[in-house]
Amino acid sequence: MNQALKPRTIDELVQAIEWAVAGVHPLELIGGGSKRALGRPMQVERTLDLSAFTGIREYEPEELVLTAGAATPLAEIEAALDQKEQMLAFEPADYGALLGAKAGATLGGALACNLSGPRRIKAGAARDHLLGFHAVSGRAEAFKAGGKVVKNVTGYDLCKLLTGSWGTLAALHEVSIKVMPAPERTRTVLVFGLDAEAAIAALGDAVSSPHDVSGAAYLPAALAARSQVAYVANAGAAVIALRIEGIGPSVEARCATLRAMFAPRGDIEELHSMNSRQFWREIRDVAPFAGDARALWRISLPPTAGARLISTVRETLVSEAYFDWAGGLVWLAVAAGEDAGAAAVRSAVAALGGHATLLRASSDIRTVVPVFQPPAPAIAALSARLKESFDPTGVLNPGRMYADV
Amino acid sequence: MKMPTPDEFTIARRAEIAAGLREIIGEAYVMADDASLKTYESDALSAYRQMPMLVALPGDTAEVSRLLAYCAQHDVKVVPRGAGTGLSGGALPLADAVTIGLGRFNRILEIDYANRSAVVQPGVANLAISKAMDAAGFYYAPDPSSQIACSIGGNVAENSGGVHCLKYGLTTNNLLGVEMVLMGGEVIRIGGKQFDSDGYDLLGVITGSEGMLGIITEVTVRILPKPPVAQALLMGFATTDSAGQCVAGIIAAGIIPAGLELMDGPAIKAAEEFCHAGYPLEAAAILICELDGPEVEVEELVRRVGDIATACDATSLRVSDSEAERQRFWLGRKSAFPAAGRIAPDYYVMDGTIPRRCLSQVLNRIAELSAEYGLQVANVFHAGDGNLHPLILYDSNVPGELERTEEMGGKILKLCVEVGGVLTGEHGVGVEKRDLMGEMFTEIDLKQQQRVKCAFDSEHLLNPGKVFPELHRCAELGRMHVHGGQTPFPDLPRF
Repeated sequence: MNQALKPRTIDELVQAIEWAVAGVHPLELIGGGSKRALGRPMQVERTLDLSAFTGIREYEPEELVLTAGAATPLAEIEAALDQKEQMLAFEPADYGALLGAKAGATLGGALACNLSGPRRIKAGAARDHLLGFHAVSGRAEAFKAGGKVVKNVTGYDLCKLLTGSWGTLAALHEVSIKVMPAPERTRTVLVFGLDAEAAIAALGDAVSSPHDVSGAAYLPAALAARSQVAYVANAGAAVIALRIEGIGPSVEARCATLRAMFAPRGDIEELHSMNSRQFWREIRDVAPFAGDARALWRISLPPTAGARLISTVRETLVSEAYFDWAGGLVWLAVAAGEDAGAAAVRSAVAALGGHATLLRASSDIRTVVPVFQPPAPAIAALSARLKESFDPTGVLNPGRMYADV
Repeated sequence: MKMPTPDEFTIARRAEIAAGLREIIGEAYVMADDASLKTYESDALSAYRQMPMLVALPGDTAEVSRLLAYCAQHDVKVVPRGAGTGLSGGALPLADAVTIGLGRFNRILEIDYANRSAVVQPGVANLAISKAMDAAGFYYAPDPSSQIACSIGGNVAENSGGVHCLKYGLTTNNLLGVEMVLMGGEVIRIGGKQFDSDGYDLLGVITGSEGMLGIITEVTVRILPKPPVAQALLMGFATTDSAGQCVAGIIAAGIIPAGLELMDGPAIKAAEEFCHAGYPLEAAAILICELDGPEVEVEELVRRVGDIATACDATSLRVSDSEAERQRFWLGRKSAFPAAGRIAPDYYVMDGTIPRRCLSQVLNRIAELSAEYGLQVANVFHAGDGNLHPLILYDSNVPGELERTEEMGGKILKLCVEVGGVLTGEHGVGVEKRDLMGEMFTEIDLKQQQRVKCAFDSEHLLNPGKVFPELHRCAELGRMHVHGGQTPFPDLPRF
């Protein structure tokens, strides 16, 4: 275990990175440390522990903006938002149970990895919610981008670039995010007994309807059985779940319409507040695959391609999968083996368009299998130039995304 | 406003370059005569004009690729142009550059309802996308005021907004992918029909990069089912303060309207004279609040918003009872710019964003500036997201008035930054706000942005002179100035 650098001020953060740059000492950036098992394993000398940059700095609910230290625990942010009946609309996941991490996730970590939950189909991704940031680049320079207002096109949108950069461009220490009103009511319409192909059609019909569905998932029977929600677990059938959120009368009316719309296709049930929230937490946190030893792929692809993907993979691999994002996000578990079935998974994805990320596997496998979809050569070259523009000596999370980034 | 000094060597080679471009895209599509070039001398920020050296109108991606490869090889600058409706001079030509117009890229290639996406060429007009899918019950959400004319490629370049972006987002939140040609001629594809791109969010950084990173040749947008019902409220207030409180009250009540627009007294009067929308002329401010969604939801929200308005001392309150009336409420707002054009020979549109709570403070200060400069101002405000458009009325035939207008505009934008806002909410920096960038960003901030530019275009050939007040060579920007080894912790750090 290396000894961590733990800067307490921005000056100290700059000095720490200066030190790393001067001697080319590669650093692993951590906030809470909950996502250390994600991405490619790195060869680093030191950990750069950013956990001192914490606390909510400004929160004005009526401006829909919150500014906080990047390492502020998500739980703290969510508690503060909850008090004002607001939320992070992109529904950041907690992969603690999935990855066996004890530490809690931080806001900066959620943004750096751009991992969005079920509401992504309606409210956008993490990347759509970062309004501005302060960071120190791999050039050991403190800089900022964006602002603290919800509408801003001043200068290049570096917020987008930093979101999903997995700490390879700069060390975030303060972020401003867009927050949204929390829905008054949440319900979920369940439709039972459809196979994957029929499910894709049903999910598509639901999100193409004007009923403003804010979550659209499908669990095959075996995975539904793992739910803590009795209505789901005890059904003994595959489950389609359609979440409806908003003001009371509207939620009731829309649920009724959806029930009528899907009644001809299967048995119908409706989850109310607590059950509905529990169910979508499970989908968000990939609970159906927590606590098993298989390798896990997170596959983003055109929504109609979900069923074809799993049937193609099944031709060569024993696998189990569920859909989120109306079929546009497939969580696929396969036996870890030596390579987590990478060849079969990636060739199936390549044929359909999209990308597969190896979200959970041993570090040995993540060393030999590219964790992120290998980009086209021109994109790889451009990404390398971008990395160099922020971090020319490659001291920030080197190799976390790709071998040379 | 100073543009980079034109390169005489390039201008001297003009005929040779024209011949080179003609070889690639054909005689008819390269323009060199003054009459043709004149069409391209400005975008919608018409105070700034410059004849381009040449104009090229490629017809497909391969031609764009070969044009850019030629220009890179011969060290010729390029200014990309969509429909030319931009308001910040992003498409202002350069005397030593080829303007590349994307007008021939005018086809909708595919509408994929099942995946809720559409693939379109960059020259397609914003509104044409929604029209093409209207019958199927879908639309493309971002709706800039110029949506009849502005192109989707230009929307991507500027990250355009519109009155509905509080609820539905800006262009950047509604894109799935692009095909783009880099300055060397390399064609890259980013994203697709899936929700998230992998790797660095190149799509995110390209959107709003004002034509400086590449030329967009294809766009995949996200499309949405049309909301079944839309209804608008028209509310009058005796002070802008109470109108501002009403806005804060609506948001605090957890309501995100589809549109929430504020107009001040002068804007109301101008609009009313122009199109007789039925606005209350005695009001100091009006709010137009549009709610959309399922019928039962809209009905309930209209009631709630009405209650909030009453609690904020609204002096008048009308709810649209037909689609025609809803359109009429919007008519005045949507014609605010031409209406201003009727009461003054010229008007200058500003575009700052401010924290909403500072609205009254900012409007009061603008009124003071208006008195000080002797220039009338009408304010329209995307109140939901704090995006303020003061329209300064002036007469360019009065010597010195344009200069005073620009000076006053600069002061308004600085004010926006002072109160915690930003220089531009949706129109872009272009040349217009370029020299104000230092108000918001440090030298270090700006240099990091320029390094991103260098990763795409290392010779500064694409649209130089825009966005950044100072051009630094990429080699110079790349240098590191780290005190090698002198840092205060050779052994392990104090922290």
